Parts: sequence; C-alpha cells; structure tokens
Amino acid sequence: MIKAFITRLRQGYKTIGFPRTAAAPPERFRGLPNVNNHACAGGDCAACIAVCPTKAVSLDKGLCIDLGACIFCGACAKACPQGAIRFTPNHVLSARARHDLLCGENSMPAVKALSKDMLRIFGRSLKLRQVSAGGCNACEADINVLGTIVYDLGRFGVQIVASPRHADGLLITGPVTKNMQVALLKTYEAVPDPKIVVAVGACAINGGPFVNCTQHLHGVTEILPVDLFIPGCPPHPLTILDGILRLLGKIK
Amino acid sequence: MNYADVPLLDEIVFRAAVIGETAAGKRLAAYFAVPEEKKSGTRLIAVLAHDMNGTLEILACKVDVTFNALTPDCAQAHLFERVIAEDFGLTPAGHPWSKPVRFPAPENGAAPRPPIGVMDFFNVKGEGVHEVAVGPVHAGVIEPGHFRFQCHGEDVFNLEISLGYAHRGVEAALKGGPDRTTLPIMETAAGDTTIGHALAYCQCVEALGGCVPPIRAQALRAVALELERCANHTGDLGALAGDVGFLPTAAFCGRLRGDFLNLTALICGSRFGRGLVVPGGVGYDLDDALVNTLRGRLEKTKQDVVAAAELLFGTSSVQARFENTGTLRRADCLTLGLVGVAARACEVVRDVRQDFPAGHYRLAQVPVVTAESGDVFGRAFVRYRELQQSMAFIDMQLQALAQGPLTANIGALKANAMVVSLVEGWRGEICHVALTDANGKFGRYIVVDPSFHNWSGLALAMRGQAISDFPLCNKSFNLSYCGHDL
Repeated sequence: MIKAFITRLRQGYKTIGFPRTAAAPPERFRGLPNVNNHACAGGDCAACIAVCPTKAVSLDKGLCIDLGACIFCGACAKACPQGAIRFTPNHVLSARARHDLLCGENSMPAVKALSKDMLRIFGRSLKLRQVSAGGCNACEADINVLGTIVYDLGRFGVQIVASPRHADGLLITGPVTKNMQVALLKTYEAVPDPKIVVAVGACAINGGPFVNCTQHLHGVTEILPVDLFIPGCPPHPLTILDGILRLLGKIK
Repeated sequence: MNYADVPLLDEIVFRAAVIGETAAGKRLAAYFAVPEEKKSGTRLIAVLAHDMNGTLEILACKVDVTFNALTPDCAQAHLFERVIAEDFGLTPAGHPWSKPVRFPAPENGAAPRPPIGVMDFFNVKGEGVHEVAVGPVHAGVIEPGHFRFQCHGEDVFNLEISLGYAHRGVEAALKGGPDRTTLPIMETAAGDTTIGHALAYCQCVEALGGCVPPIRAQALRAVALELERCANHTGDLGALAGDVGFLPTAAFCGRLRGDFLNLTALICGSRFGRGLVVPGGVGYDLDDALVNTLRGRLEKTKQDVVAAAELLFGTSSVQARFENTGTLRRADCLTLGLVGVAARACEVVRDVRQDFPAGHYRLAQVPVVTAESGDVFGRAFVRYRELQQSMAFIDMQLQALAQGPLTANIGALKANAMVVSLVEGWRGEICHVALTDANGKFGRYIVVDPSFHNWSGLALAMRGQAISDFPLCNKSFNLSYCGHDL
C-alpha cells in the first residue's frame, strides 16, 4: 500500500488546465489551415487538388478546404508552389453544420452552444455512448484519452457510458460500414429523446481515408442528424474536448 | 521476384508441401487466391515463413471451383481458406468450419448474401448450458465485433468470434494503386498500428521500385515503430490493471500511453505517426534540439512507466488474477501459427525484427523477450519487458542518428512481380503481399494483420475459463478488429 502511495506522489498531478489555461498542441501539429486566396494561382495550377487523397480541396469558389473530408496530411500545403495553404497548430476545428466545415479565406463560424432548453437538460450532465462504426481505432483511442487523468472529462460533467439507455447522445466514429449500419441505428433508437449526435473524425463526417472504399456509407450524415462535427484524422483530444465544451456552452 | 517465377505445383504436391512444411515448423504467413487471367481457374499462393532460418518460401497451385481444404491437416489455414471461399466463391472441400469471415455486402448486382450476424453459430446443448451473445456494439470505447459464448454456469465451453463489422473494403480499394490515396489507407488499415502498416507498405513499393531508403530515414522509422510499441504496450498494461480493478497503474498508464504518443507527435505532428513513414524514406526530420527534447521526455516517461509497472507486478492480488488465467498451451500456439506477444508469451521465439530483419534492424538489434506461462501474466510480462527493451533501443538510436537525406527516389514499379514485406508491429507480424500487373500497378494487394492469426488464440485461451475473465483475456491479447476486417 505504501508503495502505491509513493508511486502516486512521484507521478505527480497531471490534469491539464485547459480550458482555463490555453491548450498547447505539439508544434508540428496540423490543425486549422490558413488559406490565402490572393497567393493562390487558381485552376491553372491545381497542384493541391492533384495531391489531395480525399478530394477535400476545391478551387471552384476560390481556394477552399473541406475540413470534413480533410485528413490533415498536409500534402496540399507541401505541393502548393505559392504557399497559399499553411496548416496552423490551432486545434479549434469543430462545427455545428456540415457546410460550416468549408474552410476558405473567411474564418469558420464558431460553434454555437445547444439551445437553452437542451442546455437545461444536458448543460451540467451529459452522458454519451460511443459507437465505433468501422473506425480504425485511432479516433476511439483519442476519445479514450479524454477519460484519462490528463483530460479528466468527468470534471465537466461529461461521461462515456456503457449503455445507450443511460446515454443522452452518441459519439460516432468510423465511416459507418454497411455491416454496422443496423447496429448503429438500433443503438441510436435505444437512446431516449431528446438526444444529440456527435460525429468524430473524418471517417464519420465523410468517409475519411476510405473515401474510395465501397463497403461503407461515407459517414453518418446520410442516416442520422448530426449536432456536432469534429474534424481530424484522428482529431486531437483537445479538438474533441473543445468541440464538446463549446456545444455545452462551456467555452465561448 | 517475378510472378512467373513462383513455382506452380500440382494441387496434390502443393497440399502435401504446405502440410508437411507447417508440420515441420514453418508457418503460413499468408495464403490467398489470385484469379487467373481469362477466367481459367484460380491460383492459390502460400507464403511459408521459416523463423529459424529467416527464409520465406512461396508456393502456388492452380485450382478449379472446388479444391481440397488444407485446414483439416493444417489448422493455420482455416481463416485464410474461409476468406478464399468468401471472396472468390471457391469451395474448400472438407473445411470443417466453412463460414463467412467479413460478410462483404454484394456489389455490382452480385447474388445476395446473408447479412452479417446471420450464421450457424457453434451450439452446445444440454442441461444447464446457455448461450451468451456480446456485440457488435460493446460497453467500452472499442471497435465492433461479435462474441458468442457457450457456457455452463460461469464456465466457457466454447467461444466463437464473428467479425466483419469493420469491413470497409480496404484490399479492393488498393487495386490499381499505388496512388495518392494508398498511403492514408495503409496508415488506417489499423489506426493504432499506423507506423507498422505504413512501413510494411513502403517496404513493398521500395522493393518493387528498386529503392533503398537513406540510413537516417531507416533509423527514424525504427524509432517510430518502437515508439508505437511503447505507447500501445503501456496502454495495454494500464488496461489490464483496470480490468482487475488495480486503479493506480490503470490511471498512470492511461496518461503515460499518451506521453509516448506525444513523442511521436513531436516528430511529425500526429500522435499516431501519420505522414511519418513515406515511400522512399520519412516525411519529417529531427534537429539536435528536438533529439534532446525527445530523449529528455523519454527518460522521464521511462521512469514513470517502470514505476507504474513495478507497482503492478509487485502487487500479489494482481498476480493472483493474472496467473493461470487464459492459458494458451505452447503446442496450440504453434499449431495455430500465432504471432507477436501472444506467441512469445508461450515461449515461442518468433519476432520479425530478429528473424527477418529489414531496414535499421539489420544494424541494430532488439533482444527478443519470451515468457513460459502462456497466460495473462505471460502476455503482460512480455509487454513490460519489450517496453523496456524498446525504450533503451530508442534512446540508443537517437544518440547515434546517421546524417544524410530523408528520402530516396523510387523508380517505376516492376511489372508482373510479387513482393512479400514483413514488419514486427506491436501486436506481431504484419505481412503485406503485393502483386503487380503488366503496368506496374497493384493487381492484388494482401494485408495480413497479426490479429488475423491471433483471434483464434483468444478463442482457445477462453476454453474452460470463467466468462467473467473474458475482458481480462481479451485485453491480454488486445487484437485489432479493423486490421482483421480490412
């Protein structure tokens, strides 16, 4: 027992100060892209489109990156001869609507909190059921991380629960494989109303790196209403936490 | 090698060779079907690995719609032959367990198939016998899969594992590559093994394109692969502690796993190593300052991990739960051809880094760790010892990084060729096989995740166990669902 105490003391206090203190993603982290339309050479160049593995870049209405499709590989930024795309380490990426994820020169709209009525129910206690619908275990792993002492999700009143019956909503990862469609819908039905749906990761939003594979539904948008989109492949735990806290009005 | 040089044997000779060789100690690393051109039958190809000699043997034979299954005489082939039956409509005659594996949805107007979950599960009848069905949606934050237990009271007679829920169609999408989409798919074939699968893929295209990556790149790849091992082994030790209710180590390791992931993120910006291993070399470099930061943080993490693990292994109530739980016999491990941690915990000396060293592992060795017990303790202890070896290895490589470029050019891929690539991922042997067509594009690409071999090991380890020990046994293997389902 004494050994456990000594080890505990040596490990120290590890919970991060976020959101009270600023988050510190790694220096080379590829977060919110900075898009410079003036530098872009447009359709004549299109080097970014040629290298993007998920068709996330478009030039139709000026240079625009769809963060829902983007896997943040950085290939477009490397390929751009004009340096019109730069990935910043900004981890704030979530959006309430699918079209809000289109990242052009204008800054993306900030995540609006849930309605007052919803916040009255969920604002101080939100239980989420996670469903992996064919994810690669990276999004799942970084959701699990939120439960560790570093992020300590419980301090915000948010908890991942084992049964949909105990849940207020779903946290969905993976492109929704055809083989998981029924199980996902049944789980959704098992969650009592009112409920929310959070799509975590490029797969759940658009199919992610598997966009050319045929055995899935390209994410959850076609079959369920989504309240929060959290982009990334996988999203950094800070990105996920930030999105959920904004939805609950705890970060403004 | 040239595809045409793969020895094409008569079916009877092929069968005798594979059965004889596996009985004599070789192992089926891969076994798959390739449709012949002009629809004239199908070719079966077996890749046999001889760990002691460090040699691979490739055999082939041509079959019609029905062929004699190897499985009755070679248990390692059972899942491979089920995939061959599922993907190519062949019938492995005499297969004792011929059931779907990944339940792919029919495409392009193909005949309908039974949906996933509709299957004849093995069934035990009798007084007091009951069935427990778990999944595909599990209670934790884990991937989907279905487990069907036949129990008598608490005791498990049989566990049948039926997967396929994470089947995305990875192998089909790789056909016609490589292109800009290939690397991201490889990195996410099993996302917790990003470096392992990306490396296996890069070794394939480098062999086909006549490219030798620069030595600095090879060293950085080895560092990344061992960091991946450290992160996952640490996470597993914490999860095992959690499953027996030993919360201190569970809490410490949950955090420490992230510390290893953050080391990888220091190198390439991604906690899982996305974009770090690229065809021809690596995508990111380290300067002296970063090397020092990495070494400093590694040293701190090492102290904390060792303390957390010593606390775990030094607690008698934990040992009482770990020992003699989920024991796998060495003979069964060899028969099933298991790989990685699960095999080494049964005292099977089997590690690609030693047996088939490639890249940096030709220059720098990591000692192979084994245990004798074959139980949860064995698998946990092998993880702890490997973790220590890997941390020492990373530190040593960071101290002596060779200078030089990060990537080398890859030529046009050799046409009509076949290449086998092996990597010791943190779960075990990752085997990729690429077959190119006349244009040097992938005509067929086969991914064998270590989980593909090892799920049967978990099923066997559960026999005679209490069903309440399933989470612990499952965690001690910690296999990939998506790596299996592809």
